[in-house]
Amino acid sequence: MTDEKHGLIDQNLQDLNDDGIDRRGFLKCMAWAGTGLVWTMSGGIPVSRAFAKTANRSAGKGTDFMFVQISDSHIGFNKPANPDVSTTLQTAINKINAMPQTPAFIIHTGDLSQLSKPSEFDTLDQLLKGASAKQIYFVPGEHDMLTDNGEQYLQRYGKGTKGAGWSSFDHKGVHFVGLVNVANLKAGGMGSLGHEQLEWLEDDLQGRSASTPIVLYAHIPLWNIYPDWGWGTDDSEQALSYVKRFGSVTVLNGHIHQIMQKIEGKVSFHTAMSTAFPQPAPGAAPSAGPMKVPAEQLQRVLGITDVHYVVSGRSLAIVDSPLSAPEPSENGGGLAVVESTLR
Amino acid sequence: MTRQNVCFVSLAAPVMIAVLLLAGSTRVTASDQSSGANADVKIDNFSFGPQTVTVHVGATVTWTNRDDIPHTVVSTDGVFKSKVRDTDETFSYTFTKAGTYAYFCSVHPKMTGSVVVQ
Repeated sequence: MTDEKHGLIDQNLQDLNDDGIDRRGFLKCMAWAGTGLVWTMSGGIPVSRAFAKTANRSAGKGTDFMFVQISDSHIGFNKPANPDVSTTLQTAINKINAMPQTPAFIIHTGDLSQLSKPSEFDTLDQLLKGASAKQIYFVPGEHDMLTDNGEQYLQRYGKGTKGAGWSSFDHKGVHFVGLVNVANLKAGGMGSLGHEQLEWLEDDLQGRSASTPIVLYAHIPLWNIYPDWGWGTDDSEQALSYVKRFGSVTVLNGHIHQIMQKIEGKVSFHTAMSTAFPQPAPGAAPSAGPMKVPAEQLQRVLGITDVHYVVSGRSLAIVDSPLSAPEPSENGGGLAVVESTLR
Repeated sequence: MTRQNVCFVSLAAPVMIAVLLLAGSTRVTASDQSSGANADVKIDNFSFGPQTVTVHVGATVTWTNRDDIPHTVVSTDGVFKSKVRDTDETFSYTFTKAGTYAYFCSVHPKMTGSVVVQ
């Protein structure tokens, strides 16, 4: 991560923590991957900042820990939308390794592979070994469970998990829950968590203080982005009902290969870019699927997400960055989106 | 075959022709449907085309994946289940009993189709 990006995070956290207003009420951010502008809402007025203007702030200031989300690596995919997905994943890893602060861990939100082949998982493992963060948490995407009901995936990445690969862990007071919504899908439906997992989730959250920040992560979005394309989870409302009492909930998803964000009450939803190929905006094409963009634009629509957590303000700041950022200028900068959520 | 099936087929045929015209298919024609010869289904843009195909007992239906994304062809009632089919890969199943067979893609379950065997 560049100093400029840290500067931007600091600026946003500063704005959040010093305003004396309920930040949840006004902080809403939305931007399109690769636009290079950062949008925040301050006092109800949207403000875009050129990236270069926020330079020279101290890196990592105020951040208690940081982790990175990567998603949809699709190792094995070799079609025109990106004939070399290993190289773009390597670029993402290089980006992680260049951050001044080593991430506490990495979360991969699924579609590690294209066809669940052992050779694809091997390649992924080999590449991820080079990441500065050694602890990596996984949830499967539908592409990781194409054969043998996901046995291959579970053997490699599901150690210590339950059912189809769900699990939870704590880090510095934040409770993380990895959910699986790609198993046992029903005809005509979307993503599905299933009764057993929902019961487990309810049990997992029971007894935790409402002030515990919660991070839910899963492959398919846990909010209905575009049901016509199956971009949602049939029983996600049930899962979200269990987190309603918590003061800060962040939901991280993949699957749709583009950034989408929504804040609903105390819950902040966020989807990540892919490291492999972009997909069309909902309804913008006859169907979902790999979208070919000019080669020179590819890395601007692929990327990683880093999430910063500040204990003092109990804030989570989510930063998406494309693999290749355009040169900073008055009208555009290196960031696609900054989202700073909740308290 | 019941009377209801006859009505369904006569109603379905023009719809299928429309679907075929939209899909630009030249291989599967309306006469294929009614003669009960083998039939082809194309998987394209995350959909099965034609969505409903009608064949006689003994016919083989072949699905071909034209997408850049893998799909499966899985009977809702567990009658048949393809392995994952990547781009240009096919799956065939021969229907030996009359009936209506609903199926879907287990990877993208919004994709559904059916085979009517007379």
